[in-house]
Amino acid sequence: MAYSFPEEVLEHVFSFLSSDRDRNAVSLVCKSWYEIERWCRRRVFIGNCYAVSPDIVIRRFPEVRALEMKGKPHFADFNLVPEGWGAYVHPWIRAMSAAYPLLEEIKLKRMVVTDESLELIARSFKNFKVLVLSSCEGFTTDGLASIAANCRNLRELDLRESEVEDLSGHWLSHFPDNCTSLVSLNMSCLGSEVSFSALERLVARCPNLRTLRLNRAVPIEKLPNLLHRAPQLVELGTGAYSAEIRSDIFSNLAEAFSVCKQLKGLSGFWDVVPAFLPAMYSVCSGITSLNLSYATIQSPDLVKLVSQCRNLQRLWVLDYIEDTGLEALAASCKDLQELRVFPSDPFGAEPNVALTEQGLVSVSEGCPKLQSVLYFCRQMSNAALVTIARNRPEMIRFRLCIIEPQAPDYLTLEPLDAGFGAIVENCKELRRLSMSGLLTDKVFEYIGNHAKKLEMLSIAFAGDSDLGLHHVLSGCESLRKLEIRDCPFGDKALLANAAKLETMRSLWMSSCSVSFGACKLLGQKMPRLNVEVIDERGPPDSRPESCPVEKLYVYRTVAGRRADMPGFVWTMDGDKSLTFS
Amino acid sequence: MEFESDLNLKATELRLGLPGRDESEEQSSSCVKKNKRSSSEMDSSSEHQESGPSAPKAQVVGWPPVRSYRKNVLQQQKKPESDGSGMFVKVSMDGAPYLRKIDLKCYKNYFDLLKALENMFKCTIGVYSEREGYNGSEYAPTYEDKDGDWMLVGDVPWDMFITSCKRLRIMKGSEAKGLGCL
Repeated sequence: MAYSFPEEVLEHVFSFLSSDRDRNAVSLVCKSWYEIERWCRRRVFIGNCYAVSPDIVIRRFPEVRALEMKGKPHFADFNLVPEGWGAYVHPWIRAMSAAYPLLEEIKLKRMVVTDESLELIARSFKNFKVLVLSSCEGFTTDGLASIAANCRNLRELDLRESEVEDLSGHWLSHFPDNCTSLVSLNMSCLGSEVSFSALERLVARCPNLRTLRLNRAVPIEKLPNLLHRAPQLVELGTGAYSAEIRSDIFSNLAEAFSVCKQLKGLSGFWDVVPAFLPAMYSVCSGITSLNLSYATIQSPDLVKLVSQCRNLQRLWVLDYIEDTGLEALAASCKDLQELRVFPSDPFGAEPNVALTEQGLVSVSEGCPKLQSVLYFCRQMSNAALVTIARNRPEMIRFRLCIIEPQAPDYLTLEPLDAGFGAIVENCKELRRLSMSGLLTDKVFEYIGNHAKKLEMLSIAFAGDSDLGLHHVLSGCESLRKLEIRDCPFGDKALLANAAKLETMRSLWMSSCSVSFGACKLLGQKMPRLNVEVIDERGPPDSRPESCPVEKLYVYRTVAGRRADMPGFVWTMDGDKSLTFS
Repeated sequence: MEFESDLNLKATELRLGLPGRDESEEQSSSCVKKNKRSSSEMDSSSEHQESGPSAPKAQVVGWPPVRSYRKNVLQQQKKPESDGSGMFVKVSMDGAPYLRKIDLKCYKNYFDLLKALENMFKCTIGVYSEREGYNGSEYAPTYEDKDGDWMLVGDVPWDMFITSCKRLRIMKGSEAKGLGCL
């Protein structure tokens, strides 16, 4: 006791710890450190909303000011999780409205948020500052109106990629005249037109506004009005970037951009008319992040713009850029760290653009800082993947989507095992990998042997047998999230590696060969896992035990089975053979 | 660690069936095949029903992994015309036995377009005025726009016209009188 610091000193020391991992480590040292730490933890991150309950969180951390939480599994983005599965935030808001009156921040991803929840937030937290709803759904613009009207100190309102029922643009007019605190506003996912004069006045009275992402309905002719009132902007998302080609529109726009000396990020660009792009040239040299993934313009126009952005670090673009455009990118943008190339015609049978593996190879050759890739294309070769791997051993995120499932190396017609094997072997820091194309169990052996820092793996239409899954589960020491669809993986590997699942956040398997019987067994043997069978054909026990389930979602939890499951989800419990919600 | 083709499950306690019995390798094939599509949450694009083994060309739910808001945005936007493909629209003329097609990209302005139409159909279209349209001419050029409405050629700027024109119809002057006065 004589050697221990007073609590206040320890608390002060702990206040320098921002990372959750550090704080978790600190709380394991001894009981008194656990106690001190839990009273001064202000930020909580919950990677899976069902891994823990509101009561448990509140009991342990009584003074939280910021909550960040994720709900549905990632494959929900691609419509693989049926509507109504879960991830409702309301129970959390209800519990926190009583326990955390000083709550300032809520950041949610893939959760169902209702107007009721938004109204409760607006009413309950007097000092509420930050609301980020990423890929959420379930609310309308009425809910936004409550937030705008009641949160006097609102700093951030960011609706990125959420599905909002857009009743009208009137919500924006609910910001009171004395609201001057906005730092970030992202309404890009909304359809309706807001009152432009209300928007103009809001922007004008918020001197700290750094991020403004408009929606498509804000016309380009009006953009200068906003830029003149917010020359301090760092991130701008335009509305529709098209109009009649008139010289006054152009010159107003160019002049307005030229006063924005701090701009680093640009996005938006719906309906782009290439003639208006040069209006932005004055800011290009400062731009580090450029999202052109809605800009349906041709490669020459893309190249003209991108080659002005010598300091570009992040580029999101459509495959209209083509191999030639990517070559130009590689020549101009030596600071490029992240590249995402999206498909303009993902469901077309034939390629509509001249974008192949060569584009990615060029960028891997020319951009020494490249570490994060998302690339959609229609052909790939082992040779290209090996080249990319050797060029960029410091790659951290590599997501490749070859549009045709099970497409082989187009040169040799072999599987792409060797190519992806080279990626995991060379890129020792790889944390995230998504694979596609023709892949056998061999690639999983490479992954199990080499991908020791891999945290998230996405697999589709790959593998031959359970051996593939076994390699991954037994070899990938850092694995946290594994999502699998349409692979011939069954019971054996899953059951043999059941303990591994407790070291991970979650496992998703859909359209695989995991039997209902194996799911039951897993649920019985692993009480700290929720083994959810998602099956829209009706109760799994109406079919033989050996019948594969449609979808399986397994996650570790200290909260036990959840109470809000819809009729097509069953949790495999130890108590009974089949339990319903 | 090395693994032979048979995972040594007997070493683990997790296996199906009673201890001491070898589980059957066969799965029941009476159930759903691996690549069955989910019955809910269909892809927004058209689906093809495939019988037999899953054929690569069939559109599968959630593949390729593109988020719906991206798909929607691409569908809503006009795709850029690829080089050289032209902007062909049908042209009909009242009384003519068959239609023609012209490439709007070949013309820089209304003057060039109308001259070309006059040549093609051997008619006189005359001069456009904002107030009177083509009043006084034997023929008046009209076009169907993106909304399906029939408009008088010449009212909007040329750039806007070529992007919204779906087809042309050269009307007899007598019929076009109504269009001229707005």
